[in-house]
Amino acid sequence: MREQGGIFKNLDPVLVALYVLMVIMGWLNIYASVFNDEHQSIFDFSQKYGKQMLWICTAFLLAIIVLIIDGNFYSAFSYPVYGISIISLILVLFIGKEISGSKSWFRVGEFGIQPAEFAKFAANMALAKYLSNINIKMTDARTKIISVALILLPILLIVLENETGCALVFFAFILVLYREGLSGNILLLGTAAAILFVLALLINKFILIGIIAGVALLLLLIVRRNRQNLAIIFGALFFASATIYSVDYAFSHLEPHQKKRINVFLGKETDKKKAGYNVNQSLIAIGSGGLSGKGYLQGTQTKYDFVPEQSTDFIFCTVGEEWGFVGSSVVIILFIILLLRIIFIAERQRSSYTRIYGYGVASILFFHLLVNIGMTIGLAPVIGIPLPFFSYGGSSLWSFTILLFIFIKMDAYRLQVLR
Amino acid sequence: MNRFSDRKFVIAAIFIFIGVVFLLRLFYIQVLDDDYKLSANNNVLRYVTQYPARGLIYDRDGELLVYNEAAYDLMVTPRQVKDLDTQNFCTTLGITKEVFIKKMKAARNYSPYKESIFEKQLSAETYATLQEKLYSFHGFYVQSRTLRKYPGLIAAHTLGYVGEVSEKYTQENPYYKSGDYIGISGVEKSYEKELRGKKGLSVMMVDVFNRPKGKFNNGEYDTLAVTGQNLVTALSAKLQRYGEQLMQGKTGGIVAIEPSTGEILAAISAPSYNPNLLVGRERSKNYGMLLQTEGLPLFNRALMAYYPPGSTFKLINDLIGQQEGVLTPNTSYYCDGGYHMGRQTVKCDARHNSIQLRAAVQHSCNTYHCYVFRSIVDNKKYKSTEEGYQVWRNHVLTFGIGVRLYSDLPQELKGMVPSVQYYDKYFGKGRWRSSTVVSLSIGQGELGITPLQMANTMCIIANRGYYYTPHIIKKVGKENLHLSKFKEKHYTDIDPKYYDVMIDGMQDVVDIGTAAGSKIKGITFCGKTGTAQNPHGKDHSLFVAFAPRENPKIAIGIMVENGGWGASWAAPIASLMIEKYLNDSIATPARHALEKRMLEGVIIMPKK
Repeated sequence: MREQGGIFKNLDPVLVALYVLMVIMGWLNIYASVFNDEHQSIFDFSQKYGKQMLWICTAFLLAIIVLIIDGNFYSAFSYPVYGISIISLILVLFIGKEISGSKSWFRVGEFGIQPAEFAKFAANMALAKYLSNINIKMTDARTKIISVALILLPILLIVLENETGCALVFFAFILVLYREGLSGNILLLGTAAAILFVLALLINKFILIGIIAGVALLLLLIVRRNRQNLAIIFGALFFASATIYSVDYAFSHLEPHQKKRINVFLGKETDKKKAGYNVNQSLIAIGSGGLSGKGYLQGTQTKYDFVPEQSTDFIFCTVGEEWGFVGSSVVIILFIILLLRIIFIAERQRSSYTRIYGYGVASILFFHLLVNIGMTIGLAPVIGIPLPFFSYGGSSLWSFTILLFIFIKMDAYRLQVLR
Repeated sequence: MNRFSDRKFVIAAIFIFIGVVFLLRLFYIQVLDDDYKLSANNNVLRYVTQYPARGLIYDRDGELLVYNEAAYDLMVTPRQVKDLDTQNFCTTLGITKEVFIKKMKAARNYSPYKESIFEKQLSAETYATLQEKLYSFHGFYVQSRTLRKYPGLIAAHTLGYVGEVSEKYTQENPYYKSGDYIGISGVEKSYEKELRGKKGLSVMMVDVFNRPKGKFNNGEYDTLAVTGQNLVTALSAKLQRYGEQLMQGKTGGIVAIEPSTGEILAAISAPSYNPNLLVGRERSKNYGMLLQTEGLPLFNRALMAYYPPGSTFKLINDLIGQQEGVLTPNTSYYCDGGYHMGRQTVKCDARHNSIQLRAAVQHSCNTYHCYVFRSIVDNKKYKSTEEGYQVWRNHVLTFGIGVRLYSDLPQELKGMVPSVQYYDKYFGKGRWRSSTVVSLSIGQGELGITPLQMANTMCIIANRGYYYTPHIIKKVGKENLHLSKFKEKHYTDIDPKYYDVMIDGMQDVVDIGTAAGSKIKGITFCGKTGTAQNPHGKDHSLFVAFAPRENPKIAIGIMVENGGWGASWAAPIASLMIEKYLNDSIATPARHALEKRMLEGVIIMPKK
């Protein structure tokens, strides 16, 4: 009964429809963002929308290939795929082409391929493979160490390539680990650390530690002073101080442009010309869209290049300017539906590999959504990562397509999976 | 199936939470906050000013006095400059590499994205060669603008000049933007509003590099530039030019007015300068040069220089005497060659013996006029010298002396008629009498009158008691000028009947009197010579006249610095101008000889 009704049988229609819809919307916005009167043919390969058309066609092809490949393949070849990905990440360090300070591209003629993008689904596969092992328990220290190692290895290599933004994406896997049994405290701790991180940059470290110590003292007076509570309070105090000091240390060792970006984001510096320019122009473009937008191809801010990187990282500006609040909302709601649908499908799997993989897909997409749109509307620092399916770029589109379609394939294949 | 299965709700909640946060934020920046819409317009819209052509200026006979000539500014947008063949560029412009680097730096400092002037007003040759190569100089383009051109080379002071508006003025008057041109003096200043037209505005959309991308909303918000209005001035270029030629080599001022309208026919200030010097990129250099030039060519003597009117003032003194009832045509005084006050004497040129008013004017008898002055001021009607003097002074002021006439030329000064307070301060209260200030009667002392005021007093006498505010404008655009302020008669407080005897006397001056050398064949005219005492050197030569006697067409006031007697320079020059204006040519050989002498005559100014 294998593969009856062809490769398109049992595909989840919602996911496929959302994917196609988003890719088309993405292309329309790329067309709008680089639109000018001189080049109007949509197949003009000297223009980004022409190239993106090519990327989209090949992505569809890739999706079909992913669907054709046997459902057992992904689980079985998770580690080899991960291995190849790690090797290409190392290779690119040596033979890659340096583009604006980052050594993360293989160049093939006009086109470039970025292995870091593909490392996302590779790491996801490896993590899913490892965690779906029957004898694995998330509570074991060994499990934690190995899972974290699987994630940290690509992070390390990608940071070496100077693609910090891309590396940050891998932290999204914390959601997967959480779903698979990692203590919720770690998630909270992570959130607390993030808040502390921001505060440490904003407030003088001594004052901040003083405040936290004060809070600790207050807690000591309120709670019962048994051994456990004392340990927690002092542990937290130590942890907080350590975080603050390390943030301070790390910040002082950042590159000046990175420092500046962070300072601008935190509002400590206003620099509308340089680092803050992107965000300011992005806000102007989106904000000027109003309720219903200026109309397709009518966006003045994006059309006349006021927003930098508008077809890649800042593609959401075009949406915001030309389609207004209505259009932006549609995009965000589509993304949330996609994420929820992925979780829903993941949860109905009999195979834990597919479930874990599905959570990985959702986490990665979510992180991209969070940072990319957050950055364009001034809620997150400027970190150059693309908006899935929308942003211009072959590597990211291919990588997201493969990432999603492996999941769609395995969902379609779920009935063949023996528990 | 999995004991952590409930955690899907936590994760789903996180996703939904972030989605809601994004939606709220988007709602705020897109729907609630309008700031971004404004910023977007500021980003993308450029307001490009369309400069209208400035109005042309004509003389009363339709001769073109001022027009516009195209000039070309080389503009640069530094960001767009690339692959420039600097060597070729510099050679074409005729500049050195250092200059090029300096100018590019200045432009970049101003703005890398906005255009600024790289080189002002290219010469015609440079523009021609540059134009052929311009396509290869990316980032450069030529903007045409207009420069004022003064083809007649005359009336520099009257026409004035145009220059860049001052920073301070742009703050007071928002119409002007930094770098705009504005009339700075003369007609260019007085009629700035009419001449400048109305700037137009076109709203362009530009990209981030400030490259124009077309009209905003299909030009719905554009306004067209309105060309400035042409002016027809009252000037007679013919008379003005002739007067300037006659004043070559001399220093002084002449104003000629049409008495029946108050129109200024000529306003000459010598030495003058070529008005084209104060145009274009050499302007400030030339201005500095003119400031240094001896004879102060930038000083508009016709309107600003005031001199003691000398004997020309006796006419006014006599009119006041008649009005005050202390003088009739038959009043006679005895002149023994001077007027005596104790040990002091006001000398007379001759011993006129017993003399009456008309003859006293003809011979310009000082003694007679001192008596007249004293009879006015020391009139028993008035309780004190001060009161008498005040009455005399008030009469004088109605002649437009010591007050501004408020003509339509800027720079006009009011001259000087000393007040009671002035003398009180100078001599002490109650310490001066009519005899102390008697020299006023013969136009000496502290009196000061500009050539414009001199000419205006002639209008008053020609009109027998009134004048129109002198004005340079005749027509604005196609409309005849109907400015009521120039249609209004200003009366002196002298009864018209008292003018006749003065006019008779003035005719005698020309026919048989002090200015008999300036008689014009076929034209009966009236005049009065004057000599202003000059403590710094030779006396100033003065003459006032109107012509012809019946139905006067021209009134003139002239002052030639250091010219000596009124009859030696001022009267001949005035008579030549009158003849030229009325007859178009100089008639007799004797007059031709006079003309030649006047044209060639040079009065060297004494070194001060």
